[in-house]
Amino acid sequence: MVDFGGWNMPVQYSSILEEHNAVRKAAGLFDVSHMGEIEIRGPEAGKLVDYVSTNNAAKLQPGQAHYSALLYEHGGFVDDILVHKISNDEFFLCVNAGNQDKDFDHIRRYNQFDAEVDFASDRYAQLAIQGPKAHATLQKLTDTNLGSIKYYWFADGKVAGTPARIAHTGYTGEDGFEIYIAPSEAARIWNEVLEAGREFGIKPCGLGARNTLRLEAKMALYGHELTASVNPFEADLAWIVKMDKGDFVGRSALEKALAGEVTRKLTGYEMTERGIGRDGYEVWVDKKPAGWVTSGGPSPTLNKNIGLCYLPGAYARPGINLQILIRDTPVGAVTVPTPFYKRAKQ
Amino acid sequence: MSYPGTYKYTKEHEWLDVDGDNGRIGITDHAQHELGDIVFVDLPKPGIKLTKGHTFGSVESVKAVSDVYSPVSGEVVEANDLLSKSPEKLNEDPHGEGWLIKMKLSVPQEVQGLMTAADYEKYIGAE
Repeated sequence: MVDFGGWNMPVQYSSILEEHNAVRKAAGLFDVSHMGEIEIRGPEAGKLVDYVSTNNAAKLQPGQAHYSALLYEHGGFVDDILVHKISNDEFFLCVNAGNQDKDFDHIRRYNQFDAEVDFASDRYAQLAIQGPKAHATLQKLTDTNLGSIKYYWFADGKVAGTPARIAHTGYTGEDGFEIYIAPSEAARIWNEVLEAGREFGIKPCGLGARNTLRLEAKMALYGHELTASVNPFEADLAWIVKMDKGDFVGRSALEKALAGEVTRKLTGYEMTERGIGRDGYEVWVDKKPAGWVTSGGPSPTLNKNIGLCYLPGAYARPGINLQILIRDTPVGAVTVPTPFYKRAKQ
Repeated sequence: MSYPGTYKYTKEHEWLDVDGDNGRIGITDHAQHELGDIVFVDLPKPGIKLTKGHTFGSVESVKAVSDVYSPVSGEVVEANDLLSKSPEKLNEDPHGEGWLIKMKLSVPQEVQGLMTAADYEKYIGAE
């Protein structure tokens, strides 16, 4: 068990490799109740969401969700978030555990709209059911037709008799669902999902597998790829920034960033020599320090040692030879296209 | 898994199997369990001098890197080649096939300062 944003959470239930492979080949169940929830309500809820986040919330339909970011005025990340549009006057944000207090304060600071910001984390537990058999597992426990929920859409229904927000989202690069339920029901639903998934080989999964899975899918982790000192363009997240949607917090800093040179960019690499790059290790190009590893480790699916690092713009493309400084020894690596792993379309 | 009574143990979770001034070093079952799936083992070449308490290599699991420390002083005679191809052997058989290095002890009396199996089991029980 480790402390994670104030939560006592298991790194693994059985083995990270077994849990990882279960998600890629069958199904895995994650307790992600540590994630924070913030509800925004009122006639101008949408305007507030659009003003504090980078993606275009005005384009969301009720029942639709998207990935987005909260930025500081200087363009760095406050957090990366999921925005769910419940209705025209209600939005549901899923935010990182360690950032939830600062997110809440940040959003309220910019609330010059007819909207109410409600800290809702205590009212939700969250379970993620991920993997090719996630759909079949969860369908056994709900009358909601999961096939009708498109990717990055959600529906309010029931799971094993308890009200649940069922979102077709995930953080593993695999198909799956994330469900939001009352905390008092979480332990029971956890067991029901494991029972329902038993025939498919579902496994309970910890933070360790969550990390290897999201890294293969090149999904960012706050505190690693994303910090207050990097902007979304550097983090290779231009796709969640809608510069033409109108003003938002951080926009003018991003405009300046766009006008200037790309000083650094998040880039994938794989090790070409024996060794494993890890978070925080220095990266060298042509025998000079060039950047740092944000997340690195073994990829169980690819059977390679992979990672993400920040590199100067000129090196941020596949085929550049790197050295990762592993305990003072430079070890060879090469930049590669990302994501490292992409599931086959069904 | 039981801890062989003929081995000696360290607080850093290495074991030492001594025969005269020849020794074999590995990490304990407790250590491999704490680390989880081991994917990479970095070991010194024969001829390298080891100092008691100093790191001589590393063992990496999916989630973390862990240094290994020499229980006694001496010189590396052989590193376990099996682990470069099959690091998972360290999880499967930490006290046997998963040994790390063989060494020649230079100060055999250092062994006396190490824990017995019974002491080690008490130690990890209390940890």
